[in-house]
Amino acid sequence: MTTTLEVKVWRGKEDGAFESYEVPRLESQTVLDVVTHIQRNIDPTLSYRYACRVGMCGSCAMNVNGKARWTCRTHVAKVAAQGRLELAPLSNLPVVKDLVSDMTEFFDKWAKAKGSFQGARTRHEPFALVEPESPQRRAADAGIECIGCAVCYSSCDVVTWRPDFLGPAALNRAWTLLNDVRDVAGIERVMAVSGDAGCHACHTQGSCTERCPKHLAPTAAIAGLKRLSVTMLRRQK
Amino acid sequence: MNTDKKRRNDYRARSHPAYWAFVVHRVSGLVLALFLPVHFWALGHAIEGEASLDGFLRFTDQPLFKLAEWGLVLLLAAHMAGGIRLLLIEFGDWTGLRKNLIAAGAGFAAATGMAFALALLF
Amino acid sequence: MSTVATQVRLWYWGRISSMVLAFCVLVHLAVIIYAVRGGLSGAEVLARTHGNLAFGLFYTVFVLACTVHVPLGLARIVREELGWSEHKVNLLAAASALLLLVLGLRSVYGVVLA
Repeated sequence: MTTTLEVKVWRGKEDGAFESYEVPRLESQTVLDVVTHIQRNIDPTLSYRYACRVGMCGSCAMNVNGKARWTCRTHVAKVAAQGRLELAPLSNLPVVKDLVSDMTEFFDKWAKAKGSFQGARTRHEPFALVEPESPQRRAADAGIECIGCAVCYSSCDVVTWRPDFLGPAALNRAWTLLNDVRDVAGIERVMAVSGDAGCHACHTQGSCTERCPKHLAPTAAIAGLKRLSVTMLRRQK
Repeated sequence: MNTDKKRRNDYRARSHPAYWAFVVHRVSGLVLALFLPVHFWALGHAIEGEASLDGFLRFTDQPLFKLAEWGLVLLLAAHMAGGIRLLLIEFGDWTGLRKNLIAAGAGFAAATGMAFALALLF
Repeated sequence: MSTVATQVRLWYWGRISSMVLAFCVLVHLAVIIYAVRGGLSGAEVLARTHGNLAFGLFYTVFVLACTVHVPLGLARIVREELGWSEHKVNLLAAASALLLLVLGLRSVYGVVLA
């Protein structure tokens, strides 16, 4: 184990550059520890995001040695074999400054995919009964832990090639809602996700599923949406 | 073509089996798509009679052609195997990215290529 | 509305054609490996295919499936890698489909009926 790390950090906006810093290497260090050390001890002008620092909020997502990760959950020992780190903001998103990405379009696409629940019951009606072991509920449960960190969105090449592509997170959320028996906006949602640059644009590259820090599988959700779009369209005719 | 100047991924984000499977599927599909009209045109020589078709086949007796044919057989087998994996992912129960099928597909393509080479040589 | 229906249909027919092709390609690979032993000759090929209606039917289905499947793949590639507009993409898809249909059916005719 080397005693110091050579850390290249992206500074500036899209037209910025990498700057190098030397950071002392410690036992059980995470990449978040490294970034924090730089900002507190070397260069206070460095901008970066974090909040919970325990792998629950997803705020610290960024590119570590080319792969999107949560810095708070990435041990330096795992990714800096030769004592070298390269830190950059997430791909496929505008850069606000340094390591901070502009998440606006990510959440705009969430809304475009009709990624919000729409119910029909009021407080005066009995609770909806949802069978927990039903195939639909299991399908929904498999994807609802998403916290919108954009690691999948950053990892997806189809998002790069088709800027309109809704992206794995938005489509995954749509799938969980389509499997929620209480939701009543099914048709609109299927229409929202099955157009040009919708679920059919996915090429099953699997980078989203590979990189999701919560081990979700947007690939599975998108496959489900492809099948559902056919059956829904048939019923519409 | 990066008109919006957003950051893009490089080879490091693409270094996993499912992505390689995508690349193989796309490249093989493109090569086969370009080859297919040529293949149809070649077979169409039969319209002018057996001699015409035979003349064309004699022309392709060169080693370089045989190597290309072997390559195409390999790509066809690989494209089919990759396609079957996709059909299973899209229509079957979700069991992950089916990396076992990536390996099986590569094996199938290799075996087909070997069978073709043996048939060609012996 | 038409975009959704179009996208769904394109996906659907792409998958149907790929299922047909999976079967056809498996058979074709077996035929190739069998036929290529001892070298290819026009006489050998035509002796097997001439007047063989089962052969003709199989390869007609094969050609039709290709006509659906290949343009879909090409369309994706030019859209994503070259950034072509929707209009240009559709032109390419139609042109390639026509080319494959004409040349393909011509070749089936050539080896079975000519």
